[in-house]
Amino acid sequence: MDMTTAPGEDARPILSLRNINMTFGGVRALKNVSFEVMPGEVHCLAGENGSGKSTLIKVITGVYRPAAGAEIVFDGAAVSSMTPGIAQSLGIQVIWQDLALFPEMTVAENIAFQTLSGARPRFVRYPAIRKIAEDALARLGVTLDVDRPLKDFAIAQRQIVAIARALVGEARIVFMDEPTASLTQSETDHLLAIVHTLSASGVAVVFVSHRLAEVLEISSRLTVLRDGALVGVYPVEGMTQSRITELMTGRTFDQSVRAHDISRNPVVLSVQGLSRPGEFRDISFELRRGETLGITGLLGSGRTELALTLFGMRQPAAGTITLEGKAVRFASNRQAIAAGVAYLSEDRLALGLNQPQSIADNLVMASLNRILSGRLISPTKKRALVSRWIADLGVKIGQQEDAISTLSGGNQQRVAIAKWLATDPKVLILDSPTVGVDVGARAGIFEIVARLAEAGLAIILISDEVPEVYFNADRVLHMEKGRMAGWHDPRATTLKDIEAAVYA
Amino acid sequence: MRKLVAAHTTEAVLFAVIIAISIVLSFATERFFTLGNAFDLLNISAVNIIFAVGLLVVLIAGGIDISFAVAASVVQYVTALLLERIGGGGWVSGLLIAGSAGIGLGLINAFLILRFRIISIVATIATFNVYFGLLMFFTRGVSIYNLPDWLTTRVIVYEREMADGSWAEITLPVVVMAVCVAVTWLFITRTTTGRQLYAFGDNPEGARRFGINIGAMQFIAFGWLGMMAGIAGLMQAHYAQEVVPNALYGRELDVLAAVVLGGARLGGGKGTVLGCVLGVLLVSITQNGLNLMGVSPFAFKMIVGAIILVAITLSSARLENLLPMRTRKGDDR
Repeated sequence: MDMTTAPGEDARPILSLRNINMTFGGVRALKNVSFEVMPGEVHCLAGENGSGKSTLIKVITGVYRPAAGAEIVFDGAAVSSMTPGIAQSLGIQVIWQDLALFPEMTVAENIAFQTLSGARPRFVRYPAIRKIAEDALARLGVTLDVDRPLKDFAIAQRQIVAIARALVGEARIVFMDEPTASLTQSETDHLLAIVHTLSASGVAVVFVSHRLAEVLEISSRLTVLRDGALVGVYPVEGMTQSRITELMTGRTFDQSVRAHDISRNPVVLSVQGLSRPGEFRDISFELRRGETLGITGLLGSGRTELALTLFGMRQPAAGTITLEGKAVRFASNRQAIAAGVAYLSEDRLALGLNQPQSIADNLVMASLNRILSGRLISPTKKRALVSRWIADLGVKIGQQEDAISTLSGGNQQRVAIAKWLATDPKVLILDSPTVGVDVGARAGIFEIVARLAEAGLAIILISDEVPEVYFNADRVLHMEKGRMAGWHDPRATTLKDIEAAVYA
Repeated sequence: MRKLVAAHTTEAVLFAVIIAISIVLSFATERFFTLGNAFDLLNISAVNIIFAVGLLVVLIAGGIDISFAVAASVVQYVTALLLERIGGGGWVSGLLIAGSAGIGLGLINAFLILRFRIISIVATIATFNVYFGLLMFFTRGVSIYNLPDWLTTRVIVYEREMADGSWAEITLPVVVMAVCVAVTWLFITRTTTGRQLYAFGDNPEGARRFGINIGAMQFIAFGWLGMMAGIAGLMQAHYAQEVVPNALYGRELDVLAAVVLGGARLGGGKGTVLGCVLGVLLVSITQNGLNLMGVSPFAFKMIVGAIILVAITLSSARLENLLPMRTRKGDDR
């Protein structure tokens, strides 16, 4: 579906970049990239993590300064040195992935922040700011209490605030960096409608999204980056998701449903009527040996809260957890780990791994009692344990003592999984294990998951990306607003059906 | 009303705690609930409040400063020496010299933080030691008593004879304090630069992407605190009628505690002038009350410490949670 007007042959690009090179500490983040956007078009910028998408946006908005020889032309006029201030005055707006909002300030101040920026001090006119904010929200068809601090609002509403902020002033081109990552389907539909409105009024929109279906639906052209270099510019018409993945990774993947019948395996974990007020209620299921149970649902469905409760970090208000036939009540996650439950955190960067510490230290963090010699940690045992898991999971590392932050997202995630496998768990809970992991490396992660299940581990796989659970789990539990909304068998349903149910 | 209280939880809690303590003290001592004592409290608190609103600006911008109190001592000496050289001077030249010297010392902190990428607590602990060391070295610990007459003469702005024949007085430092409070409030809530400081403290990366000059933010915040510290130093010299090198040593932690008590967040983006003033007043009132009740001064710090803990616990446990559940919404994430 292409609702944007195709640029005429004689149309002049609103923005055109050439010879963009960018180096960070010896690493070339952008190599000779060129990029072009036509007025009013919806353009998609695609690429894996680290392919240079965000760096390119930062060059365009003047946050980074590219190496000499770069050419930036806006609306036919060369811009010799771009700064955030110039970018704004030209009408280049960005909705950053992390939104770059100010939680302690009011919604009005966030939306009208442009009137607060600039080096020359001026008095703040709050009535004017409120008016700007309300007008911008009205354009989006949304009402929010603009006098409340932003921190009072949920993520989807903050997203709206970020969009409203981009619309203040005369936007000519709006960059949206992963704008739908935390939105429900109806919120996403609303956003896509906004994109169409913008496009129809002549504003170019550059969409950066990892949800490939959306890319196909909304944009007319596609620029693909890989490893900091331009792969090419393609019309979206006739493109398929697998073709885009192939362009982004340079490899081909075939996906098939992995689900198999596990109903005769013994039950490892049984949950009955588990509830926590405000988070989830009346959750019951059985998890069998060798099973991969997929749990999906939108943000706020209670899936992470459920996982944290199974892991002993929160206590259920009602219901029972039975592990290998014995009723358990974990007072802390230490007890859960000792009983054989492992939990791979959703937020690997902040919670799952200790970034400045070494690969080895991270890997043994949860299993220090297994590498003791007497009462002290044995360097020999530690080294042996680390080597074993590094080899077993195929982690690509330099030295065991290198900081974990030197590894790619996919390899970091393997270390995080190894950390939990080293505790010899019976149940492994993987919460969004592919967040921040490249498309290419994701397949590797799921290979590991499949191998672990085959070896008898009981796995709970939590993901907000329905295809991940569809292709990799034996059964899929759909959660919605803290309740069990339905069970799906990947062998008997199509991906579309499950997605329709989840994003309804 | 509920919305207003919810939006200013910290201030509301502090206000309630101050009222509660005041009521207790009014019954426990004869002198507490008198106009004279109220004015005394303001006179005593003026210097700390001037320090506090300066420090507030740095905290809002996401920094911290340990050096401002000894910097104020340095300013006192510099000002006293320069005034002597220009033949006495007056309030205008005194405030100008003290303010500028303070700004200079504040900018040194900002420069170190920016140029050498030192985090503010480390940079200012260093300058704290450097400033204090230099001061003790060059003065050999000698105080200055022969200050100009205009500086040591008490300036009474308002006075009133009480029924018992004593005088209730408001002195110049209170007026200077009121001006500093008003100007700081105006600066951080009503100017674009002030709002940029909040934004920078709240989300530095977000502010940077908006083209806000990060360096300028640091210089402005530390310069503002420097100016306030300089003025506070002059006021303290005026109040004490002497310049003693270690008179303000240790004051930085009292002020920091009071400002944090007032709701400013270590880490930036949060804090109000009202909360800051209430924070200082709460500590002063407690000390004043204990004093009037004849409690040993050695117990002061202990009790003040306990009050800070209680007040901070009360204000960080959000007020909604202490009130009935009726109107609690949320859980929408």
